[in-house]
Amino acid sequence: MSLPHAVRTEQRGQRLAALFLLGCLLFNYPLLQLFARDGTLFGIPLLYCYVFGAWAALIGLMALVVERHERE
Amino acid sequence: MLTGGIIVVASFAYVGLLFAIAAYGDKRADAGRSLIANPYIYALSLAVYCTSWTFYGSVGRAATSGIGFLPIYLGPTLMAALWWFLLLKMIRISKANRITSIADFVASRYGKSQLLGGLVTIIAVIGIIPYIALQLKAISTSFSIILHYPGVAMPEKLGTQLFIGDNTFYIAMMLAAFTILFGTRHLDVTERHEGLVAAIAFESVVKLVAFIAVGLFVTYGMYNGFTDIFQRARENPQLHALMAEGGESGSYTSWASLTLLSMFAILFLPRQFQIAVVENVDERHLNKAIWLFPLYLLAINIFVLPIALGGLLHFPAGGVDADTFMLTLPIAEKQIWIAGLAFIGGLSAATGMVIVETIALSTMVCNDLVMPVLLRLRWLRLTERRDLSRLLLGIRRGAIVGILTLGYIYFYLAGEAYALVSIGLISFSAVAQFAPAIIGGMFWKGGNRLGAICGLSAGFLIWLYTLLLPSFAKSGWLPITFLSHGLGGMELLKPQQLFGLQGLDEISHCLFWSLFANIGLYITVSLLRRPDASEHGQAALFVDAYRQSPEAGSRFWRGSASINDLLALLGRFLGPARAHEALAEYAQQRHVQSMESIPADADTVHHAESLLAGAIGNASARVMIASVVEEEPLDIDEVMHIIDEASQVLAYSRQLEHQSRELEAATNDLRSANLRLQELDRLKDDFISTVTHELRTPLTSIRAFTEILRDNPKLPDAQRENFLGIVIRESERLTRLINQVLDLSKIESGNTAWQSIQFDMRDVIHESAAAVGQLFRDSGVTLTLELPDDAPEIVADRDRVMQVMMNLLSNAAKFCASGEGRVVVKLTHEAQALRVDAIDNGVGISVEDQAVIFDKFRQVGDTLTEKPKGSGLGLAISRQIIEHLGGRLWVTSQPGAGATFSFTLSLLAADVRPA
Repeated sequence: MSLPHAVRTEQRGQRLAALFLLGCLLFNYPLLQLFARDGTLFGIPLLYCYVFGAWAALIGLMALVVERHERE
Repeated sequence: MLTGGIIVVASFAYVGLLFAIAAYGDKRADAGRSLIANPYIYALSLAVYCTSWTFYGSVGRAATSGIGFLPIYLGPTLMAALWWFLLLKMIRISKANRITSIADFVASRYGKSQLLGGLVTIIAVIGIIPYIALQLKAISTSFSIILHYPGVAMPEKLGTQLFIGDNTFYIAMMLAAFTILFGTRHLDVTERHEGLVAAIAFESVVKLVAFIAVGLFVTYGMYNGFTDIFQRARENPQLHALMAEGGESGSYTSWASLTLLSMFAILFLPRQFQIAVVENVDERHLNKAIWLFPLYLLAINIFVLPIALGGLLHFPAGGVDADTFMLTLPIAEKQIWIAGLAFIGGLSAATGMVIVETIALSTMVCNDLVMPVLLRLRWLRLTERRDLSRLLLGIRRGAIVGILTLGYIYFYLAGEAYALVSIGLISFSAVAQFAPAIIGGMFWKGGNRLGAICGLSAGFLIWLYTLLLPSFAKSGWLPITFLSHGLGGMELLKPQQLFGLQGLDEISHCLFWSLFANIGLYITVSLLRRPDASEHGQAALFVDAYRQSPEAGSRFWRGSASINDLLALLGRFLGPARAHEALAEYAQQRHVQSMESIPADADTVHHAESLLAGAIGNASARVMIASVVEEEPLDIDEVMHIIDEASQVLAYSRQLEHQSRELEAATNDLRSANLRLQELDRLKDDFISTVTHELRTPLTSIRAFTEILRDNPKLPDAQRENFLGIVIRESERLTRLINQVLDLSKIESGNTAWQSIQFDMRDVIHESAAAVGQLFRDSGVTLTLELPDDAPEIVADRDRVMQVMMNLLSNAAKFCASGEGRVVVKLTHEAQALRVDAIDNGVGISVEDQAVIFDKFRQVGDTLTEKPKGSGLGLAISRQIIEHLGGRLWVTSQPGAGATFSFTLSLLAADVRPA
């Protein structure tokens, strides 16, 4: 049974807020400190790899939350 | 050697293309087929956020601090996730109140205060000036660099002569001309510019394509891909540090404060407000923009590091400013087309920003700064002029020229001392001062005018003292002792170590002190002072924006007006023709015949005010309306009363809604209960008709045979015996049937007395086998028992279990072929239960029948052609018994290969349930 529109809208708001909090954690001390070290992944410095990877993942999750809601 | 002429022609051709797009966009908008009414254009136009700061400055920043340039893009990404709460509400509020700028927004929230509108405008203009200077610097630098093609030369000190004789001044004036043409061709009551948005979206595409083209060229043309660049940079001792840490300004505090700054910037920069809120066509476009806009930011930043590192590797001697790598790298490789594309991309980034920013600022300057002052100067007799719309346009055009001139002067005074990004950050810090008043104002009704004024002023003054003035000092326009020894030699007042606070970079330092004062005063003063009536009304309109009807604003007005006065007033500011048009439209909305018959009530006055607000801002509109209508001022208690009333009505309607939902749920429950009852009723009818049928069959034969016996007294004794035997057997069957029906109904209704006795299952099986032994012998079926040597005792109703056992055994005997039939009874001990299997090699049961044989009166086989071999109640009763005892009864079978009836009985004492 599909949930009422208002409930789903509220749910989306909450999911986006959760992603905001996740982003705040990902792009701050101390997680950044973990990757601020000498080393490479696929030939790309670890820190760059981490920041861009986390960024792309966050955008992907935001798209998922928004678009899934759209389809419903 | 490129001549200046070619570059100028190319630049003009590009701007001409923009005009064409804008003109087409406007034409489509007039025709009602909007070009920009889709989420992709909306997201692209939001990318006006990426200016020459992004295009040239990011590379420069990355060359000194590695990923230190990124917080400026991570902040907006994070904020995009909160758009759902913040931006959506801003859009709703602005549409409902005809808000056309950030100054209008703040003024409107705090009781349509002209003072606040003016204050916000001043902060915005002064704050944004360095940002505009940044764009001028970028354009003028890029122009002079590409002029030296194919040589790589840094421009000499720019702006050696003020105004005349300085290219940058001409660039500034050219931009002013473009902006005037783009943004102030006519006065629009909604301040929306569809063509402009289309052009901005196009510019976003151009700068992205240009950036990626340069990125690909540097990464794959000059080097062998990402890995190669990073590998070479790692081998370089000077660049190695950039890989693993944030570099000099990459401390985590400054990282966090830049993220916070850019989060505020993406919402409160005047141009972002213009594009995201004022130019928004449909708030649903926000959905896609939430992830498309961050994606754009990600895309435009992918090549920043490779270009920065590539530039540092390519120009190891220094001497080439990292801010110019986007141009100097292609030039050094003699790639005129790539360099040209980069130039156009940079031009795109800068012009987009300047055009939208100055349009937004000029609206604010006109509506919230100049008009309020002019309208107060009685000797100008402005209020008596018939058509002010030309004056309004004139003020805006003047404001555009003025703002760009100020930008140019700042560039001239302080532009050389800073890199691009550092200039931009000064502006971001100024804009951040709006955050407490706006965010607080949208969610906290208690925030009031005086609090906002105090907070904003304090924050702005601290920004001025700790960030803007030092930028002049560093350029030598203020004595440098101001920086090193503080104002008047007082150490505690050193602008960048205020009150002795050390260890923060200048941006974090300014952000901390300014927001500390700003938020502190906003909250403290708001809590100490009681707001007045108009503030209360507006606070409710903003905070409860999602719950207001569009006409909610008119609730707070009482008075009398004449429609002709209103028409004349509108005519003065919108032009008479537009005013007529607007009121005629309104007359239709109100379903009245003509304009003259519109009732001059609160709704009409409110409508006129909001029309006017679009042209001159909420605060001035309030003043102008007040000048032509007779108002009865509402006192605070009345406003509170209206708000209360409204919220009570709201509460009632909520309650009603809630109750109707409950009613609906109850109705649904009742409906399904009714369905269930009908089904039960049908089942009962079926049951009764089946029972009657089953009863009638033996009764009929009894009656038939007794009649024969009565009518034929001379029957031979043998036959008489035979008939009497049938009568007795049929009576027995009848009794059995009635007993079983009673039994079943007793079990089903829960009226059976259940006994709990501890017993050995093997005994029950032996006894049952003995009891039905005669049946097996008669039908020639062999019965084998496979019982374990040892079995745990169970606690259950022994007689009932025996009844089930006998039922299963007699069934098995009935369906086995005479002679070769074999039935095996097996007892096994499972984890927590005993399991009994009765296995026969009879005809078996088809899958369909397996599903129904446990139903009442269901018999396997064709009941029409074969004589039924039982009542059809045995298995139903057995299953009821076993389930009551906490076990399970089921059948597995394949047609033709016999059937196995199995049941389990739990060993746990808990399953002994006395009924």
